[in-house]
Amino acid sequence: MATLRIPALCLVVLVGASGSGKSTFGRKHFRPTEVMSSDFCRGLVSDEENDQAASKDAFEVLHFIAGKRLAAGRLTVIDATNVQPEARKELVALAREHDVLPVAIVLDPPERVYVERNEQRPDRQFGSKVIARQRSQLKRGLRSLKREGFRTVHVLDTVEEIDAVSIERTRLFNDLTDRTGPFDIVGDIHGCRAELEELLTRLGYAITRDDAGRAIDAVHPDRQAVFVGDLVDRGPDTPGVLRLVMGMVANGHAYCVPGNHEDKLLRALRGRTVTISHGLETTFEQLADEPAEFREAVATFIDGLISHYVFDRGRLVVSHAGLVERMHGRTSGRVRSFCLYGETTGETDEFGLPVRYPWANEYRGRAMVVYGHTPTPEPEWINNTICLDTGCVFGGALTALRYPERELVSVPAAEEYYAPAKPLHMASAPAREPDVLELTDVTGRRVIETATHGRLSIRAEQAGAALEVMSRFAIDPRFLLYLPPTMSPVATSPEPGLLEHPLQAFEAYRAQGVTELVCEEKHMGSRAVILLTLDDDVAEKRFGLAGRGAIHTRTGRSFFEGSLTDELLLRLRTVVAEAGIFDELDTAWLLLDAELLPWSAKAEDLLRNQYAAVAAAARTSLPAATAALESALASGLDVGDHLARLRRRTTNADRFTEAYRRYCWPTAGLDGVRLAPFQVLASEGTTYQDRPHVWHLGIADRLVAADPSLVTPTRRLFVDADNWEAGVGWWQEVTGAGGEGMVVKPAANLTRTAKGLAQPGLKVRGQEYLRLIYGPDYTEPANFARLRDRNLGHKRSLALREYALGLEALDRAARGEPLWRIHECVFAVLALESEPVDPRL
Amino acid sequence: MFLTLATDLAGVEAPASDLGFLLHKNPARPQGIEVTGGTAHVFYPEATGERCTAAVLLEIDPIALVRSGRGKAPEGFTLGQYVNDRPYAASSLLAVALGKLFRTAMNGRCDARPELAARPIPLEIHVPALPCPGGAELAARMFGPLGWTVDARPVPLDPQLPAWGDSRYVDLRLTGVLRLADALNHLYVMLPVLDDAKHYWVGPDEVDKLVRAGSGWLGAHPEKDLISRRYLAHRRYLADTALERLAEADGLTEPEAVPDDAEGPVSLAVERRTTVAAVLKELGARRIADLGCGEGALVGELLKDPMVAELFATDVSARALISAKRRLHYDDLPDRQRERLRFLQSSVTYADHRLAGLDAAVLMEVIEHVDPPRLPALAKAVFQAAHPAAVVVTTPNSEYNVRFDTLPAGTFRHPDHRFEWTRDEFTSWATGVADAFGYSVEFRPVGPVDPEVGAPTQLAVFTVREN
Repeated sequence: MATLRIPALCLVVLVGASGSGKSTFGRKHFRPTEVMSSDFCRGLVSDEENDQAASKDAFEVLHFIAGKRLAAGRLTVIDATNVQPEARKELVALAREHDVLPVAIVLDPPERVYVERNEQRPDRQFGSKVIARQRSQLKRGLRSLKREGFRTVHVLDTVEEIDAVSIERTRLFNDLTDRTGPFDIVGDIHGCRAELEELLTRLGYAITRDDAGRAIDAVHPDRQAVFVGDLVDRGPDTPGVLRLVMGMVANGHAYCVPGNHEDKLLRALRGRTVTISHGLETTFEQLADEPAEFREAVATFIDGLISHYVFDRGRLVVSHAGLVERMHGRTSGRVRSFCLYGETTGETDEFGLPVRYPWANEYRGRAMVVYGHTPTPEPEWINNTICLDTGCVFGGALTALRYPERELVSVPAAEEYYAPAKPLHMASAPAREPDVLELTDVTGRRVIETATHGRLSIRAEQAGAALEVMSRFAIDPRFLLYLPPTMSPVATSPEPGLLEHPLQAFEAYRAQGVTELVCEEKHMGSRAVILLTLDDDVAEKRFGLAGRGAIHTRTGRSFFEGSLTDELLLRLRTVVAEAGIFDELDTAWLLLDAELLPWSAKAEDLLRNQYAAVAAAARTSLPAATAALESALASGLDVGDHLARLRRRTTNADRFTEAYRRYCWPTAGLDGVRLAPFQVLASEGTTYQDRPHVWHLGIADRLVAADPSLVTPTRRLFVDADNWEAGVGWWQEVTGAGGEGMVVKPAANLTRTAKGLAQPGLKVRGQEYLRLIYGPDYTEPANFARLRDRNLGHKRSLALREYALGLEALDRAARGEPLWRIHECVFAVLALESEPVDPRL
Repeated sequence: MFLTLATDLAGVEAPASDLGFLLHKNPARPQGIEVTGGTAHVFYPEATGERCTAAVLLEIDPIALVRSGRGKAPEGFTLGQYVNDRPYAASSLLAVALGKLFRTAMNGRCDARPELAARPIPLEIHVPALPCPGGAELAARMFGPLGWTVDARPVPLDPQLPAWGDSRYVDLRLTGVLRLADALNHLYVMLPVLDDAKHYWVGPDEVDKLVRAGSGWLGAHPEKDLISRRYLAHRRYLADTALERLAEADGLTEPEAVPDDAEGPVSLAVERRTTVAAVLKELGARRIADLGCGEGALVGELLKDPMVAELFATDVSARALISAKRRLHYDDLPDRQRERLRFLQSSVTYADHRLAGLDAAVLMEVIEHVDPPRLPALAKAVFQAAHPAAVVVTTPNSEYNVRFDTLPAGTFRHPDHRFEWTRDEFTSWATGVADAFGYSVEFRPVGPVDPEVGAPTQLAVFTVREN
């Protein structure tokens, strides 16, 4: 039984006259969704599968859908007659556009078969003339299929063959997704054998030598090497490098992709005319001393190299000059050319070198792309891609990347073997990740995969509102690693006269099986996120932005103008350093979650325009109205109820005034400003949502101890199911003394329960504080009864989604992921905050 | 929420308590009626032959006000809907209540005492908490020309925090000899005019009624421009609750859109537009982006030029784009006109590839709205990512500010301006950007050139340097 081999990703074009059995063949060998039939598309656009007048529209639909499938990397089968060269040409072009191989499978059974089949299909009575014409068109085209661009052509011309054949999908050569490493990826060598041997030795490889002492293999007990190409030219011992790498590849100890220098060498070895320059002359001299068999072996080796590899379930891509995401795992001349030469803008720089298109700046793929080709003084991560060419042959270094560890190992060049066209330190490779993000990183409908709460979607309008706020008010995204989530209040208390009470928080957690809780005092300030650095060089090095860090609000605005921010950051840096936190967490930067006091430092605007103004109006109108009612009552009018009500409202307004005054104290510059950190968010390589709150508060206490004039403690009480009353008593005490309230959190911090992620905290606000939220008169019985009816569902769901997005941003930041990946999450939190949720919750 | 109206009817052969007839409200019987947002009570603290005082107490139901969602989408909450001065201040709601309580009196009708209704009588009005953002002086300007003696005393914001100064309220007393109907109409119109609050809860139809009540006297009022402008300023087309919410989250208040008064005559804005359009024509630009198009004034100007083939109007604010579309009647344009124009929400601090490779991009009065630390991002997004053949930038010349009479020294022309540059500062920024991104730059003045301080607006034209 014959087996047809086709690549796992390709465009299969079935070719055959009507009645040749294409649809049956398609059904038998492919999934229904893989087969795009022209008849079906005719039906889609015209309700009539055989309406030939609809063919033009039908093929447009077919090409559109096939294009979407190929873009997504899915094998696609075209079920149409495809007997005319024009029809096939369009399909070949479609395959090329998506860098997949076009495959033709021709079905051409003997004539009688068509006649029989067409007789059985009353819906389609093609004349035998039509069939004959199609078959003759097919016959004429058969020989030119390869020339038309089909890499593989299978012709089946008997019914038996058509019935008996089976199809095997073969893996693409570049598909090494099942090889998970670990790997050591080595940059451009250019004949620097000594440095290569030294590097491999440092990486833990044992070098095998032949009788003449020449290195012919290198073995690591559990790692494999991957060479990014440009093994040859310019350097002192190209044959020695080739011998070693060829040996490693042959023995399965390494993989190698070709560089542009190998490509050119191959053409030269095969006798093609090439300009002997850019170091090829040195290779030729050195190879001249080698036997002819070695030169032939080199040619065979280079010829067999695959343009790029996709490793480790698609997480790692290695190619010589990098690779844009849409070409990962694809095969075409274009892909090969990109892998070898990269993309150039068509311009040349002042040294006559081609200007590279900065594809890495726009790279948004999940796979890490490792490459060489363009010498840079220091390898730098750009959007999860890295160039390892550190110009060894030009006197730089030979560099390897340990994967998945992401560690760089370098060996300096013993000397400058070849003078670079432009000085190495002036290398034009994009120096680092671009500081301008793409609009498409944040706008439109987005779906973000979070580690803690699954896939979360952001609507286009939400993103639109966030775009305005982010653009007009937020700090530089490089310092904006996190925005805190909104927090849900407790369920409404059944107690008379109380909207919120701690018992509902305790019970809500108990219902989810969480009984170890911490009550933390709710500070009367503004939420502040603080990015701190160990010294003044850290920010530039780690985040690509000069400065000491940032202190920003929950919507990403800076709290203070530049010099005040820097002053406060410097004080805090000293506090954190004195407390030994940088050392303990082994980090040069730290992200803290804190409350900045007083509220009036930031919100004086709101306090004056909203709260004080209301109180001022109340202070002048209520006494006048009360006096008028008193006169009316004295003159015998029945206004007693009104008067009593107004007297109560006067008391309410007084209490309201007292409530907002607690949030105001004068600050001048930083004098009077205090910080109450309560949580460590992230540091280099680590996030802290799994550390219990006792640990976080312990850190906070150490900061207080280091500078009690600046850092304010967060009072707290740990409670469990046996001492709820203690929690209730503590809340009464805190709010009775004018405190804002408290936040109840699972003591263990991030908590997953059978019902999903638990709320990270529930706020329980004090009765008097709530006047600032619900208005001075909210306690009036008529108002109160209606206010109890509040819907918390949306707020809770929002709180969890924002929490998960915030954690995702922290994880990405700690892992050193590309800026756009962090910003996407931070932006999403802001976008969700634009949701119309009752702001009083 | 409270005011009193008193008279002694001195010089009139009638007891003071006849005020009850004029108001059509019996002094012996307190009365309450349902009005927008709550209940309005009328009662008489005193009603004797010598003196009669009528009091109006409007008791707002703040919760009903929010839940009825008047004037705003019911879901569009902001914190200000619960915590606001409506229950205490003499707001537009009080005016609406007056209209309902005293409709007949306002028309000047009184069958019981027709001669009293027709003649001026001595009146004293007391509004203890009148929102009056211009202070006592503004109150005098508003009521003085109508024949009132005005005693307006500022109310301190918080007596315990004297540094905060005065609130936006005044304790207002008006005395004068006027027809009662006129007095009521004055209050009916002036309360909402002076009320600086956003008209959360007054529908457009009610606003129209208020305007009608001014007939007969508003036309002759020296402040009639200010009065009518305030009306328009308060009738905001699209209240952007989303932005208000995000500002509130930080304890800030979203600044009200301020008309560009500071720059004085409208002609500067027009001159800026026509200059930019002329520069673009001179450059021969056919595919143009107006970055930060705002309400679309420049776009409208450019559309008139048939040589302009394609226009991208972008703004970071979705709300601005909606206004611009409405202003330019975008949806009603003929297809061919509409094809030339595209509205895009975009941001000058993010790279937007939809705008790549145009003939020209315009940043007209945009850069000064960007925080200085974010200007490098703007430069990269515009000059590197979009990389148009030419860029036209205009920005205020801060040196010229001293020539604006109404602009207090040291303040910016617009509250959202993050900076205003001198000519040297602008030149240094522009040449730096030009060098960094391969452009040449030249500068031009816009508006009358003052020998000492230059032109009010500075303009830079960047053109890509040939390689």
